[in-house]
Amino acid sequence: MITLNINTKTYNVDVDPNTPLLWVLRDELDLVGTKYGCGVAQCGACVVHLNGEAVRSCVTKVSRAEGQKVVTIEGLAEKHDHPLQVAWQEVDVPQCGYCQSGQIMAAAVLLRENKNPTDADIDAAMSGNICRCGTYLRIRSAIHAAAELQRKTT
Amino acid sequence: MTEQKTSINRRSFLKSSALAGGGLMLSFTWLSAFKLPGEAGKPDVPNWIEVNGYIKITADNVIKILNPNPEFGQNVMTSLPMIVAEELDADWQKVVVEMGPHDSVKLGPQFTGGSNSVRMYWKPLREAGAAARTMLMQAAADTWKVPAEELTTNAGLIVHPKSMKSGTYGEFAAKAAVIPVPKEIKLKDPVKFKVVRSSQKNVEGLKIVSGKPLFGLDYKQEGMLIAMIVHPPAFGMKLKSFDASEALTMAGIKDVFLQKLYPDGFEQGGFDTRSFNDMLVIVGKSTWQVMQARKKLKAQWEPAGDIKDIIGGRGGKKEVIVPGELESTDAQHKKMQEFASKPAQQLRRDGDPETAFKNAAQIIERTYNAPFLAHNCLEPINFFAHVTAEKALVAGPLQAPGWSEPTLAKLLNLPADKIEIQMTRMGGGFGRRAYGHYLYEAAIISQKLNAPVKLMYTREDDMTYGIYRPMYTAIYRAALDANKNLVAFHVKGGGIPEHPIHANRFPAGAVDNYLAEGWQIPSNITIGAFRAPRSNFNAAAEQSFLDELAEAMGKDPIELRLELLQRAKEKPVGKNNEYDADRYAGILKLVKEKSGWNKAENKKYSRGIAAYFCHNSYAAHVVDLTMKNGQPYVERVFSAVDCGIVVNPDAATNMVQGAVVDGIGNAFYGKLTHKDGAAEQTNFHNYRIIRMNEAPKKVEVHFVQNNIDPTGLGEPPFPPVFGAVANALYRAYGKRLYEQPYGPQIPQQTMPDVKRKPVKSKLILNKRRAQ
Ligand code: FES
Ligand code: FES
Repeated sequence: MITLNINTKTYNVDVDPNTPLLWVLRDELDLVGTKYGCGVAQCGACVVHLNGEAVRSCVTKVSRAEGQKVVTIEGLAEKHDHPLQVAWQEVDVPQCGYCQSGQIMAAAVLLRENKNPTDADIDAAMSGNICRCGTYLRIRSAIHAAAELQRKTT
Repeated sequence: MTEQKTSINRRSFLKSSALAGGGLMLSFTWLSAFKLPGEAGKPDVPNWIEVNGYIKITADNVIKILNPNPEFGQNVMTSLPMIVAEELDADWQKVVVEMGPHDSVKLGPQFTGGSNSVRMYWKPLREAGAAARTMLMQAAADTWKVPAEELTTNAGLIVHPKSMKSGTYGEFAAKAAVIPVPKEIKLKDPVKFKVVRSSQKNVEGLKIVSGKPLFGLDYKQEGMLIAMIVHPPAFGMKLKSFDASEALTMAGIKDVFLQKLYPDGFEQGGFDTRSFNDMLVIVGKSTWQVMQARKKLKAQWEPAGDIKDIIGGRGGKKEVIVPGELESTDAQHKKMQEFASKPAQQLRRDGDPETAFKNAAQIIERTYNAPFLAHNCLEPINFFAHVTAEKALVAGPLQAPGWSEPTLAKLLNLPADKIEIQMTRMGGGFGRRAYGHYLYEAAIISQKLNAPVKLMYTREDDMTYGIYRPMYTAIYRAALDANKNLVAFHVKGGGIPEHPIHANRFPAGAVDNYLAEGWQIPSNITIGAFRAPRSNFNAAAEQSFLDELAEAMGKDPIELRLELLQRAKEKPVGKNNEYDADRYAGILKLVKEKSGWNKAENKKYSRGIAAYFCHNSYAAHVVDLTMKNGQPYVERVFSAVDCGIVVNPDAATNMVQGAVVDGIGNAFYGKLTHKDGAAEQTNFHNYRIIRMNEAPKKVEVHFVQNNIDPTGLGEPPFPPVFGAVANALYRAYGKRLYEQPYGPQIPQQTMPDVKRKPVKSKLILNKRRAQ
């Protein structure tokens, strides 16, 4: 049994400790907002927060998450109103939408560390996340919009 | 302006529901049934009254509109219901949108592809909305005993101004549902549109940003098993034998078996393409367990030799021999060069091109090449199936359920009405998901196991067993007279395994002497539609060629195109010219204006222009290239598009921006190569996809404003990006690039971050450019 703390809830899972966190989230816990895109740390669709840091859950063994704090897109904000989630809808970023939870989770760490990121900061922080539909320009705008929202509300 | 009238009695979808007397429709989908842990489910099952196939209303006036077409990011889930809401005169902000079931009687063709969603549903959806509105008004008129002509509607409310009576649609829905469908209904004048032509947010925005289960890969059912297929390591190979003993001992593994996809002699439909027919299937409880166990599956492979496929479809039944050769990219290139010099099939001829070329003062000839491309939808191929002796439920990402259903029914030996296909949101499609083989694979596996199964491709499976964009080549030739007038144009294109030529496209119709030819080389590498099939190559080649031609003729590239279009308009050459010269010229003029084409302040950029017509719409781009860290970088793009009426402008802008980014990415990096039949790119570490730092700072999109019925948008902006990028790269480096992707062709010396003066390219007279 492995005990996990995900989105402030406790789960006990009976899996091989080598199982990537991604598949535990998706297959065992029905937290399917975290996506599979490549399985080899190349696309960012699977980004979650492990103790506040963005990690690629497809290459993060579940054993590494044991007893740590995991946050997924479902738990980023209780009411799904994190400034990024608000801005994402306001800017109407998604096309197919498949990459977007990974994008948001990666952007959330950027925005926490850098309250006012420039385009260059965004490019540097977000280049690990593929959007096959090509919504990058809107992702940039939405991150700027979220930064502004965050400034206003805090 | 008078309102448009339309006759609708032929349309079966408008028939009132058989649920007479305001019968109740329970609406229940897997999405509302799927509860996230710790999240209260929303038992949202009100009593819907079906007014027609697209519209359901509750007595307390909740209006639901069904989206008929599969959503793969082109925004139909929002845009199509907007069209219904417009004519229904519903309050868009209060409308509930739901993905419709697969039901072509009620909901039409249900096919996403060919940039057709809005185009083919434009009229039916308007009629559905307008008919429902008329019926609701009639119901109110009957109730209030007033003439229907005296009623008006306003955002879901019916009003009788004379008597000051008013009521909601909901109040009259039950009565309206049993009123005969009017024989004739009026459609709105487009200038009066309120919902259509206004920018509305994605109706699934919140679900997407909060990680709700929307996609096929998220689909789940109690007791569901995970299946994967181990395919041969290369095209042209087949399974010789396998040993599953070790794999079967691994945790969670249920079964390993060999199963045919199509039985011997099976007649495939036109979209039943599949890479391999033998499926070595491994099934287990969870994804990771199956991934681990498949590594322990020992299989021996052998050359498959030539294979005979029987293909049905429109052209009638034919036998196709799929060659067994293990193909490699270098050898393919050589073969293409060889075929390019052989006689080819004539596709169009105007005037006397041979004589014109013989008498020419100058001939420009260039050869363009492009590789296979993998679709690489970010959601890998997958499908859910639960097949029992009596029925089948299948669910997942699929562009054309109506094309797949007949094959599925045959393979499962079930009548079509016992098959339910649920369409999930797709994590990209780009043409890949028009080919239903993976749905059949899932269903056959489920039938064999008698259990609910989700078939899943890993990224590697997805990339290496694709239905790819073909490999293409084309020779373009132009003949100029002594005054540098274009007197003849010749294009000869070929491909593995199909040629790219659209013979009746521009500049056909604008040149007196014109010849188009095509040839193809059979292959076992499976190919299919890829965002703007064939056009995505032609626009690169032809638009680069026109740029080079303009230079040779001493003309501005936009002016050359406009002159040719003027000619095509005033005195068109030949018949069947596919494009409208005015609309084509319109986007060129628009992009010229919006990009400040001749403005001095833009001279700091290396600018490339290209324009193209495909899928009934027109798109032009000006690409502004600069240098970033010694690498070429597309910093800005100006786009002009004519796709008729734009339903949802901001969403349409998003799609054009995406097409531009996708085009830049594929133009610079897109490439799938083979070695002895095996794909050499297997995942995103060696198949390069454009990323954030390579995306432009700005893509400014302008739509031509007109009242033409929508003509399609998903594909048209994509192809000309390639040509515009190629032309901008020429301005930056002074060297023309003829091979895609352009990235590896870019001169490797570090470029200074300043623009170079283009070196005049040497024109080769009457001689093929050395490869
Ligand atoms: S799935 Fe983890 S980075 Fe792609
Ligand atoms: S929106 Fe489709 S992959 Fe990003």
